[in-house]
Amino acid sequence: MQEIAVSALIVIGAAFTFIGSLGLARLGDFYSRLHGPTKATTLGVGSLLIASVIYFSTSGSGVSLHEVLVTLFLFITAPVSAHLLAKVALHLGVRSIAPPPPQVQSARGAEGAATDQRSAPRGSGSGASTTRATG
Amino acid sequence: MLSIALIIAITLVCGALSLSLWRLLAGPSDPDRILALDTLYVNAIALLVLLGILLGSALYFEAALLIAMMGFVGTVALCKYLLRGDIIE
Repeated sequence: MQEIAVSALIVIGAAFTFIGSLGLARLGDFYSRLHGPTKATTLGVGSLLIASVIYFSTSGSGVSLHEVLVTLFLFITAPVSAHLLAKVALHLGVRSIAPPPPQVQSARGAEGAATDQRSAPRGSGSGASTTRATG
Repeated sequence: MLSIALIIAITLVCGALSLSLWRLLAGPSDPDRILALDTLYVNAIALLVLLGILLGSALYFEAALLIAMMGFVGTVALCKYLLRGDIIE
C-alpha cells in the first residue's frame, strides 16, 4: 500500500516536472514560458517531496521532516522569482505574441496622432524604446 | 514496483533537465536564460530527491536545501542586475 502510494507520487511528480520543462522549451514567447515551469515544476517537486516524506517515515526510524523544509522554501521562493522575472521582462520590453488589448491600441493611436501633430522629439523617444524592445 | 517507478521518474527528470538546458543555451532573451537556469535548479532538486529515495539515504536533502537557497539567491541577483544595472546599491 505504502509502496503503491510512493510509486504513484513519484511518477506523477516526475511527469509534472517534465511537462513544466517541456513548456519552457516549446512555448511561443517569454510570458508563456514563464507560466510553464513556475506552476508545473513547483507541483512536481512538491509531489516528489511528499513521496519522499512517506518513504522515509515508513521505512526509517520515526517521522522524517527534512523534506518539509525544502518544500516550504521552494513554495515561498518560486512566486517571488517568477514575479522578479516578469518585472525584468517588462523592464527590458520583451515582445509578447499576444495582441495588445483594444484600450492600449486606441491609446497608442491617440498618442501617435498627438505626436504627429506636434512632431515632437517624444516620437523619436518612443521609436528608441520600440527598437530596444525588439532587441 | 518502486524501482520501476524510480527508473521512469529519473528518465523523465533527465529529459526535463536537457530541455531546460536547451532553453538555457538557445534562449533568445536574457530573462529566458535566467528562467531556464531557475528551472534547472528546481529539476536538480527533483533529481536529488529521487536519488535519495533510490539509495535510501537522507543525506541528499541537505544538498537539495542548499541548491534551493543558492538558486533563489542567484536568480534574485541576476534579476536585480538586469532591473537596476547594479546588484548592491
